[in-house]
Amino acid sequence: MNRKTLLHLDYPLMYALVLMSMLSLVILYSAGGENLSVLLRQGTRMLAAFVIMIAMAQIPPEALARWTPWIYGAGVILLIVVLAIGVIGKGAQRWINLGLFRFQPAEVMKLGVPMMAAWLFSRKPLPPSPMRLIIGAIAIGVPAALIVLQPDLGTAILVAAAGVFVIFLSGIQWRILAGLGVVAAALAPVAWHFMHDYQKRRVLTLFNPEADPLGSGYHIIQAKIAIGSGGIYGKGWTNGSQSQLDFIPERHTDFIFAVFGEEFGLIGASILLLLYSYIIGRGLYIAISATDSYSRLLAGSLSITFFFYVFVNIGMVSGILPVVGVPLPLVSYGGTSMVTLMAGFGILMSIHSRRRLISS
Amino acid sequence: MSHESIRDVARESRVFRNRLIVSSFIVAFLFLLLLARLVYLQVLDHRHFSTLSERNRITVVPIPPARGLIYDRNGVLLAQNFSVFTLEIVPDQVEDMDELLRGLSYIVELSDYDIKRFNKRRSQRPGFESILLRTHLSDEEAARFSVNQHRFPGAELKARLQRHYPLGRLTAHVVGYVGRISDRDISNMDPQVYQSRYRGSEYIGKTGVERSYEEILHGVPGYEQVETNAHGRKLRVIRTLKPTPGKNLYLNIDVRLQQKGEEALGEFNGAVVAIDPATGGVLALVSKPSYDPNPFINGIGFKPYAALRDSPDRPLVNRALNGRYPPGSTIKPFMALAGLDEGVNRYATTYCPGYFRLGNARHKYRCWKKSGHGAMNVSRAVTESCDVYFYTLAHKLGIDTLHREMTSFGFGQKTEIDLPSESSGLYPSREWKRKVRKQVWYPGETVIAGIGQGFILVTPLQLANATAAIVHNGLQYKPRVVFAIQDPITGEVEKLKPEVLRKAENTRAKDYEFVRNAMHNVVHGRGGTARRIAVGAKYEMAGKTGTAQVVGVAQGARYNEKALAKKYWDHGLFISFAPFADPKIAVAVVAEHGRHGGSGAAPVARAVMDAYLLTPEQLQAEEAAKAEKQENAQ
Repeated sequence: MNRKTLLHLDYPLMYALVLMSMLSLVILYSAGGENLSVLLRQGTRMLAAFVIMIAMAQIPPEALARWTPWIYGAGVILLIVVLAIGVIGKGAQRWINLGLFRFQPAEVMKLGVPMMAAWLFSRKPLPPSPMRLIIGAIAIGVPAALIVLQPDLGTAILVAAAGVFVIFLSGIQWRILAGLGVVAAALAPVAWHFMHDYQKRRVLTLFNPEADPLGSGYHIIQAKIAIGSGGIYGKGWTNGSQSQLDFIPERHTDFIFAVFGEEFGLIGASILLLLYSYIIGRGLYIAISATDSYSRLLAGSLSITFFFYVFVNIGMVSGILPVVGVPLPLVSYGGTSMVTLMAGFGILMSIHSRRRLISS
Repeated sequence: MSHESIRDVARESRVFRNRLIVSSFIVAFLFLLLLARLVYLQVLDHRHFSTLSERNRITVVPIPPARGLIYDRNGVLLAQNFSVFTLEIVPDQVEDMDELLRGLSYIVELSDYDIKRFNKRRSQRPGFESILLRTHLSDEEAARFSVNQHRFPGAELKARLQRHYPLGRLTAHVVGYVGRISDRDISNMDPQVYQSRYRGSEYIGKTGVERSYEEILHGVPGYEQVETNAHGRKLRVIRTLKPTPGKNLYLNIDVRLQQKGEEALGEFNGAVVAIDPATGGVLALVSKPSYDPNPFINGIGFKPYAALRDSPDRPLVNRALNGRYPPGSTIKPFMALAGLDEGVNRYATTYCPGYFRLGNARHKYRCWKKSGHGAMNVSRAVTESCDVYFYTLAHKLGIDTLHREMTSFGFGQKTEIDLPSESSGLYPSREWKRKVRKQVWYPGETVIAGIGQGFILVTPLQLANATAAIVHNGLQYKPRVVFAIQDPITGEVEKLKPEVLRKAENTRAKDYEFVRNAMHNVVHGRGGTARRIAVGAKYEMAGKTGTAQVVGVAQGARYNEKALAKKYWDHGLFISFAPFADPKIAVAVVAEHGRHGGSGAAPVARAVMDAYLLTPEQLQAEEAAKAEKQENAQ
């Protein structure tokens, strides 16, 4: 039975993404100081991202699985290259300049790592053997460590999380999971020791932002004021005083949710959350109806990772998580992360479009 | 895919499905957590965050009121405001203060003093208030800053009203000056008044009228509610409450008299106080030397201040209010009034052999006239200033009676003038001596008190006010420098009512007329000690000379050889009123080291009275006559 749709697109997901992009443009118009050129640039990026999504949807999952080790391997090499350039150039380096655009290997690994983990685990029966698990952990850990060294803790966490979700979905025994949890908790102080001062400060600030109202606490305080003062109905589009008067830092990128919460209130924010849950729900549905384990693991991981982005960003802006540089997916201004996300959605669509073709 | 056969596909699928369901629950739970957080922020704590947001958005900026102007009685401007460019900084809006100051120093001139002052004030005021860095920017500096302003967030060019005293030293001791509000000013003020009236104010009256009428001159500040962005940039004004400007003052002072008094003192230091006897209005209040009050407004530098403070001439001391001089013979008309009040017969005479002896004691209290005046009645004793008559009188009345009578003319008492910190002078008593000197009163001290020597110290202001009391049959008003208060908006003028200070013990008009006649003779009569000043006068006057043997104000001043000789010269004093028939002005003059009242001080009084009483034409004629006389002398 051929359920193939036009260009392998999944329309329920597609419509939700288009709607989300519209919302993004609406709030960017306000957050960007009612500047049309900001909209134009973001709109162009969106179009490009949709084109990439459609392109990704054309690649069958088997092909993707075949290429996975190569993509992953190339990604690791590029991460090493970037680090080397950074060492030579004596400064933090995250991207490679390709002339036309700047290319971030870490961004590729947001897809590369879950793909690799899914590939590794799907080659043998599930749940994975301890040996497989160790190999998988190394496959996740190496790129994550390389990204930490850039240093970009936020992205490293996101990349690692995508891989960890694959492990979780692969059916790893609960007791092993619990054991890993204990190990992680034991390692936390060690990680703390290796964190940069500014990173420590961000964590500490979370617990008491008022301790340093003009320094690292400023972002959180101002964002909370913005969201809180928005109330149930919001101050109205382009009417948020916190947003319009520059009190919210990074207001069109990482902190755009504060603008949203201030201007559209609890109602607007709830609608946004609803739309996100719809997209994630659709992703999970695609994962559950996928027919081979590579597709299942990858689709599940991509959907949960997408949720993870949303949660980390909104949690940070509303003051329940430390400040890490994670944009609000699909809404924040900026192209790189959007392209990656949309490529992910392309993969989801491809998986969904071809789900029966393999099993029958 | 050969190994596919050994996989339990169904089980894998079931496990995966379970994991996905667990994930979905976790996702749903975390979504609800976010939602709960939003409800907490946006519903439960909404009011709190709304307040914070408004406070972020809206800044209340005080607008200082324009200070009231000060005019003399003829409308001559004595204190004005003019606009100057100032460079101010709001510290809260500055990220790196050192960097900012360094940057600014390339654009405008910044002295170490400017920076020191700025840092001091920065430590005292809240960070959101604008703090002065430089004042009196030149047009060029202001323009240069304006062009570069974007490079200096937190720094602002402002046009501030700046006080200025156009007549400078001529009125410094009357008008006083304003200065920057100090910690002491703040602690002296009711905190509520400070909060409501001085936020945004830079200056406060420090001395003179500026201080005593501070409340009236200052005005009430207005407020501007402005919307500001996170960088403190003013975006728009939401509401403005205009400031109420301070009220204008018209003084009783006539700067022409002020000028004449100062000129006429010539090389002498000293003081001139002229009072309108009918109201207590102070027509002139000269203290020489004076100082320029303008540098004090923004804080005079240490060196020029030290120069003023340490000058042997003590220019900062207001001699009219705080100079304490022995009155010498100028006390005699008051002694005469006291005597008459105590029943002395106006025709009874005392023989003056040129000295007075207390009982059988050996010590001779000398009369200034060595050969003696012969038989003296009270009237002639005043006119010829016979010391022996007043030695005798003082001895007869005793110190207790004298103290009661003389303090009723205001000696040893404050005049309650509307200027800050006047001295009360001193009229001694037994009690005073016991308390302060821890000694009993000696009769000899009573004797010399009769001629205004000994412990007695008076201020020129007290002398002038007491002289006005002679004109007014013993009625004394509180001397008033301020004549009227004008509302600058409506233009309405409210005249201040004269206030009675006290009545002298002697209330008999006849006695006063008698003493006034004796004082008339001092100037116009035979044997009068100030006859020289009557020459060419267009009106009749009355007066009394005095000579004080003690070094007054200059006590404790630094010695220098040139001043040393002069230091021992007597002070010349003169009190007078005119025109005799209907006195309009009472004057007291102290010419330090002026040697004698008749020569040093009396011409000063004449000049002041001329300036007040003569028409401009008459004055001109007077000047011409004087110039001619000088030519002839040459």
